[in-house]
Amino acid sequence: MYTEDDLISLSALQHFVFCPRQCALIHVEQMWSENAYTAEGRLMHEKRVHGKGSELRDGVRTVFGMHIRSLLLGVAGIADAVEFHPNGSVFPVEYKRGRPKEKNMDEIQLCAQAICLEEMLHISIPEGALFYGKKKRRKQVSFDNILRGMTEKAASDTIAMLAAGKTPPPVMSTKCGKCSLHDDCKPELFSKRLDVNRYLRKMLVDEKEDA
Amino acid sequence: MKRFLNTLFVMTQKSYLRKEGETVVVRVDKSTKLRVPLLTLQGIVCFGNVGVSPFFLGSAAQNGVSISFVSNYGKFMARVQGPIAGNVLLRRQQYRKADIEIESAGVTRYLLSGKIANCRTVLQRALRDHADKLQTGRLEKAVDLFGRGLSRIAEETSLENLRGIEGEMGKVYFGVFNELITVQKQDFFFNERSRRPPMDRVNALLSFVYTLLYHDMRSALECVGLDPAVGFLHRDRPGRLSLALDLMEEMRPFFADRLVLSLINLKQITGKQFTFHESGAVMMDEAARKTLLAAYQKRKQDVITHPFVKEDMHIGILFHTQALLMARFIRGDIEAYPPFIWR
Repeated sequence: MYTEDDLISLSALQHFVFCPRQCALIHVEQMWSENAYTAEGRLMHEKRVHGKGSELRDGVRTVFGMHIRSLLLGVAGIADAVEFHPNGSVFPVEYKRGRPKEKNMDEIQLCAQAICLEEMLHISIPEGALFYGKKKRRKQVSFDNILRGMTEKAASDTIAMLAAGKTPPPVMSTKCGKCSLHDDCKPELFSKRLDVNRYLRKMLVDEKEDA
Repeated sequence: MKRFLNTLFVMTQKSYLRKEGETVVVRVDKSTKLRVPLLTLQGIVCFGNVGVSPFFLGSAAQNGVSISFVSNYGKFMARVQGPIAGNVLLRRQQYRKADIEIESAGVTRYLLSGKIANCRTVLQRALRDHADKLQTGRLEKAVDLFGRGLSRIAEETSLENLRGIEGEMGKVYFGVFNELITVQKQDFFFNERSRRPPMDRVNALLSFVYTLLYHDMRSALECVGLDPAVGFLHRDRPGRLSLALDLMEEMRPFFADRLVLSLINLKQITGKQFTFHESGAVMMDEAARKTLLAAYQKRKQDVITHPFVKEDMHIGILFHTQALLMARFIRGDIEAYPPFIWR
């Protein structure tokens, strides 16, 4: 059980699942860089969350920008959209630009939201949905024990990393190309063994001495 | 993503900066003169009477765009800080390192090696490119003294002695600086460094460029979370950003001094563009300042290959890269600070 002071943001959890170093650069080192993808995503999110509070369609009330938290999981954040159905069921929904990502990143984020809602509303939430891209391709997400287990582990790992205040070294992968913190992380440079003294010795040799 | 970050210099008096969406708009007399996406900026420097909307200040601070207010002549007046002032874990480590003399001396060795090596290269390049116009003997002697200075720096562990060596090297460099001016010599000559105030045209130019460099270094340091006020080579002095001064050292010869020399030698700035005050102080007029600013901006777009990072980058990104390397060194990712060495 965590106290309110200890809660990490839902976005930190998502960053951690994408790449622990990216999460540390943002939340420990306080670095943040936008690129076209992140700017687009942020604007989409802001438009929804700061726009209308809720809407009613076919009996389903969708509430935008709900502040949620779970003291059990240790997270707090804002849910894009939560659907309240006439039969009493609650359905968290996330809108994403682009396509489904690897490692269940988006599923874990949605599951974390569901766990928050379950705690705050004292109900059980079996599923939610992710909508991808402009065409809003719907992906049903079932909050089974496996996903819940992954979400709990991700949350506790993130909390531990942030509490330790250490930034893990980079591991180069294809993900690096799309990461907006590429230039702050410099994975190509810092995943190598670096020898500053050798560099200095090499650079300070007088050009004349080479001849 | 920092492919290239501009600094926006606003010189038009009575302009007003405002946020419109994700851009900053410069308005003069109620009409929009310029619109720049905030994402492309690292900093904004406002000269003289320039107004800024508070909402824009907040947005800029949040996006890591540093804003400074300077006088028309570039004298620093004020700067804006956002809610999050840097990386507190990094800053603790920075302060701890700066407190321990042997650690400060360690960093200082690397900073000074960069500076002296770059001073040496400036002279070597001049010898290579303009031998016919110069007193080569004096320059060659200076190059040799720099080589010896570098060897002494590598062995020295006392901060005081390191500063002593730096002082000596400074005298050697500025002792031959006048040789590097090959044109307009009646108007542009250099005896010694004078800053408060500059007593000749060359010093006026150097002081102005150093002010611009100082701001850029400050922005870069704040961007990576370091405290620009606490340095290793330069000690604490209220109102002085010691770490910005530290990181400027290797950039002075390679970037600032060469910019001034080329403006003089290519006659892009002439002797008439200065005002002499009764005290002997010399100030640049508005045309000279605009020319220098434009040349500074343009030079920052030059691409160099960083010998340590092994990447091509605009000079505008080089400042940020060095700040990042300093931060990573303090965090323990590299064993020493690798200065930018120009060859």
